Amino acid sequence: MSLEVKNLFVRHESIEAIHDLSFSVQSGELVAIIGANGAGKTTLLRTLSSLKSPAGGSASWNGRDILNKKPEDLVRQGILHVSDGKTVIPELTVKENLSLGGLWRKDKQDVAHATNEVLELFPILSERASQRADTLSGGERQMLAIGRALIARPKLLLLDEPSLGLAPLIIDQIFTAINELRNRLGLTVLLVEQNAMGALGIADRGIIINLGKLVAEAKAKDLINDPGLSAAYLGF
Amino acid sequence: MRLLSTLLIGISSGSIYALMALALVLVWRSTRVVNFAQAGQAIASTYLGYVVITHTNNYWLALPVAMIAGALIGALSDILLIRPLNRRIASGPVKEIAPVIATLGLLGLIRSLVGVIWGGDLKQYKAPVSINGFTFGHTTIPFSRFNLLIVFTAVAVMAIFAFIFQRTGLGLALRASAFQPEIARLAGVRVDLVRTVGWAIAGATGAIAGVLITPSTSLSPNSLDLLLVLGFVSAVIGGLESLIGAAIGGAILGIGLALILEYVSTSLAFPAAFIVLMLVLIVKPSGILGSKAGRDA
Repeated sequence: MSLEVKNLFVRHESIEAIHDLSFSVQSGELVAIIGANGAGKTTLLRTLSSLKSPAGGSASWNGRDILNKKPEDLVRQGILHVSDGKTVIPELTVKENLSLGGLWRKDKQDVAHATNEVLELFPILSERASQRADTLSGGERQMLAIGRALIARPKLLLLDEPSLGLAPLIIDQIFTAINELRNRLGLTVLLVEQNAMGALGIADRGIIINLGKLVAEAKAKDLINDPGLSAAYLGF
Repeated sequence: MRLLSTLLIGISSGSIYALMALALVLVWRSTRVVNFAQAGQAIASTYLGYVVITHTNNYWLALPVAMIAGALIGALSDILLIRPLNRRIASGPVKEIAPVIATLGLLGLIRSLVGVIWGGDLKQYKAPVSINGFTFGHTTIPFSRFNLLIVFTAVAVMAIFAFIFQRTGLGLALRASAFQPEIARLAGVRVDLVRTVGWAIAGATGAIAGVLITPSTSLSPNSLDLLLVLGFVSAVIGGLESLIGAAIGGAILGIGLALILEYVSTSLAFPAAFIVLMLVLIVKPSGILGSKAGRDA
C-alpha cells in the first residue's frame, strides 16, 4: 500500500503550479510537504483527490491510478482529503456534518462505531453536537473536518494545512491528534503545511517544495537539523 | 364573513403558488439554476394526467402518474441539458446564464411538443370533489371542498418535504450538495446524482401544482405560465433559498392577491402579484426568510 506520484505537472490558471514532482508515501508513513504560500501545496492535494486535473504525470494508490477520477469514488477507496479553509458545512449542525462522512457507507453499525470513536477522540464535538458548524472555533472546525474523514474509515489521509489560522496551543492539540491517529489506526498521511516545525515534529519524512518544484526530501529530523534548508525554506 | 372567505380562497390559491415556488427553490438551491422550464415540465406532466383522467375518469390515478412523469422530465432535464452545459462551460459569465437560457429554450420546446401532441385548444377535467362553495345557513362562500383538498395536499407535500430534508440521509445529502458541493464530494456524496434527485423532486412537485390548479382553470400548452410567474414571485418573497420561505411566500402572495381582487379591483389580477412582491421587498429586500448577505455559494 503506497502512494506513488510520478512526474506530476499541474497548471493553475496560466501558472505552472506543480512542476515535474515525484515522490512516494509508504503504507503507515506520515509525510509532511512543506512550502510557503503559493508553493503549490494545495494544488497538489486538490489534484490527488481529483478536484483538479493534472497537465501531465501520474499518481496511484495501491497501484490504482487516482488522477482524473471522481472525488467521491476516491473516498470509497479510502482516500480522504481534508481541505483547508471551509472544511465543514457551516449551515449544518456538528452532528449532521459528521453523519455526512458516513452517508455512503453500507455498514451502518460500523459508522455508528466510528462516530463514537471520533467523539471520544474529540469530546468537544459531543458537547457541540446540535450546534451549527459556523458557531465552532477554528480548532473545533478542524477537529470536525478530521472527524468526518475518520468516519469513512480512511486508509490515506490528505491533510491541507490543518494548523492554518489556529492558536499555538490548538495547533499542538491537532498535531498530537494526527500523530495519535496515525499510530493507532495505521493511517498513511500526507500532511501539507506551512508550519514546518509542527509538521516535521510528527512526520517521518519531509519534502520541501518551492514554486511547484521539489527542493529537498529527507527524514524529518534531518530536515529540522539542516541549517541551510531551515534558513532558506522553513523560516527558523 | 366576506373577509374570512377571501382569506380562505387566498390560502387555497397560495398553496398552489407555494408548490410551484418549492419546485423552483429546490432547483435553485441544488444547481443555482433559475428554472423557467418548470412550467413546461409541469404542463407536460399535467397533460399526461389529463390523458389518465379522460381514460379512467380517476383523478387519484392521474395525480401519481403526473408526479412520476414530472420527476422523469425533471431528472432528464438535468442529465441531458444542465449537466453537459456545466461540463462544457468552465467559467465566466456565460456559465451562470447559459443554463437559465437553456431552460427558457426547454420551456418553448416542451410547449410546442405538447401543442403538437394535444393541440392548442382548451382542455378541461373535473375536480375529484365538489367545487361548489361551502354553505353556512343562507350564505355560500366561494371556498369549496376542492379548495380544502388543495390546501391539505399542499400541507401534506410540505410535511413530506420537511421529513425528507430534516430526517433522512437523502435530505442531508441534498442540503450538503446545495450548500457546499465540493465538501460534500470530499465526504463521499455523489453530488451529481443528488442534484438530479433534486430536479426529480422539483418536477414531481410542479406536476402536483399543475394537476391541482387545472380544474379551476383549463389546460392549454401555456396555461401554467402565469403560475410560473406567481411561483417565482412567491419564491422571491420567501428569500429564494428557503423551502419554508417558499411556503410562506406562496401564502402571502395568495392572500395578498385575494384581498386586492376582492376589495380593490379584479382587473388588477396580474399587476397585483408585483404590488405584493414590491411591498415585501421594500420592507425586507432579502425576502421574508432570506439572510441579509445571502448565502455564499
